[in-house]
Amino acid sequence: MSEKDMNYKVSQMLKRSETNVSNAKKSFVRPEDEEREVVAPDGSIMKVNPIYDYFSGKRPEEEKPKNGIVEKFLNWARAESIWVLGFGTGCGSIEIPPLVTPRFDMFRFGVQMRPTPRQSNAFIISGYLSVKTLKRVIRTYEQMPSPKYILALGSCTINGGMYYDSYSTINRLDKYIPVDVYIAGCMPRPEALLAGFMKLKELIKAGKAEKANEYARNFDEYKANQKKIIKDWNMPDYNW
Amino acid sequence: MTVYVKFGYTLLGLLIVLNWGFLMGATFRKIGARVAGRYGIPFYQPWLNLLKNISTRTTITHGVMYYIGPVFRLTGGVGLFLFMPMVFTGDPAGLWTNYSFEGDLILILYFQVFGMLGMALGAGQGGHPYSAMGIARGLAQHAAVELPLTLAFLSIAIQYDTFSVYKIVEAQQGGMMNWVLFTNPFAAVTIILAMLGAMGHSPFNLVKAPNEILIGPATEFEGTYLGFMQSAGSILHVMEAVLFMNLVFGGATSWIELIVKTFLIYFWSVFVGMVFPRFKIEQSVTWFFKVPLLLGFLAIIIYSF
Repeated sequence: MSEKDMNYKVSQMLKRSETNVSNAKKSFVRPEDEEREVVAPDGSIMKVNPIYDYFSGKRPEEEKPKNGIVEKFLNWARAESIWVLGFGTGCGSIEIPPLVTPRFDMFRFGVQMRPTPRQSNAFIISGYLSVKTLKRVIRTYEQMPSPKYILALGSCTINGGMYYDSYSTINRLDKYIPVDVYIAGCMPRPEALLAGFMKLKELIKAGKAEKANEYARNFDEYKANQKKIIKDWNMPDYNW
Repeated sequence: MTVYVKFGYTLLGLLIVLNWGFLMGATFRKIGARVAGRYGIPFYQPWLNLLKNISTRTTITHGVMYYIGPVFRLTGGVGLFLFMPMVFTGDPAGLWTNYSFEGDLILILYFQVFGMLGMALGAGQGGHPYSAMGIARGLAQHAAVELPLTLAFLSIAIQYDTFSVYKIVEAQQGGMMNWVLFTNPFAAVTIILAMLGAMGHSPFNLVKAPNEILIGPATEFEGTYLGFMQSAGSILHVMEAVLFMNLVFGGATSWIELIVKTFLIYFWSVFVGMVFPRFKIEQSVTWFFKVPLLLGFLAIIIYSF
């Protein structure tokens, strides 16, 4: 392919993209992350979509629990082995480290901390959640393997708490992600957090902790709420 | 004895090894908790973790090697088991000698690395930058551990003029003073020191320590893959203890002796781990290249003349 042809193709593409920009509806992604056409080294034109990798963009599906006693048995194992993601969002995260100390010792209840969302199944939203952090929380929550559970710590996650009129924090967490257990207080003490884990265990054993499926079922509603508040969206709709 | 009976016994042995590995892992965590003044996990926690992991509903894959990585690691553990004589009965084709043969020491050395390489390949396909850093650290430390270990193995092989683990065990029978621990102390001390690295507990556990920012190669693995890796890790732990027991501490003549000896060998690494804090990779590599490597050279030189 000659240089002249190449230049022609590029200019054509630029023209097209200019017209696209003028007609485009409001986009949530940065211009450099937009879906667009590029010219490959051999001159062929291909479409690229930088923020979508192989698995992104696919909607989450409801995953039905297994039948009867099998699911009960698995739920028992899940309840006794809760792996918590080490991600502190607000001031409540200071209440989590005491749980691994001799005084509270959450290990005896089968609760452990994990450093990666891929290996954890419980997520503590510890206190207030700024809009900027909410984006990261959504991204992380979606990367956790199902079944996954959310514990909301502190009154900020229920109604905004003392930050109810802040411009940068959210007020109700369950508008954006489904919550299994609320632990009220400002701040709740580590004992309250342990009690929250006990409650979560009860819910899991009773088969009532199916919020990951609820998220999949009401996916559009949750996404609409999230996009309403996060201006700089710039990520796939579902982060696998 | 038919082939099937032998196969059945091998499978049963693998089951015992897997469960003993889980129990030893839990014991390690329990001892650590008690040292820190905590109550600690219940002893059955590893089984629950395994169940939980294999019952996750979503599994994300990153390609073919991502599947094969944990399988490689399990192959490393099971391979180590298949060619290792577990219980010495006086009969080379006995029930618990598995499929050991002349020259299995070399194969065992290979299988030790095999699991690590499988993990590196699988984690590499995951594409996470932390995985790549974990692999680089892991392989660096593993190389530093393997070198003194190999020298000590060679020294023992020269001493008994054989590459068969079974024959090395056979030569050590008849009393404690026949153990390699006393007949070839330099090789024994090399193995005892390098073992700490092979077991991968503190102070040499930076590679896979969950509290570090880099959890290491396992960052991207979840669900069934992680369950696979946990099982493989348990098998590898026990098998490495059995290997060192066979080479240095006179092997075992019954399962009870095996369990007692492997626990004591394992407890040695736990004991050191409780006392010393975690080393950085450059510290641990330097350490392995200093003390154990020099002792390994000494062990080789003494038996070469």
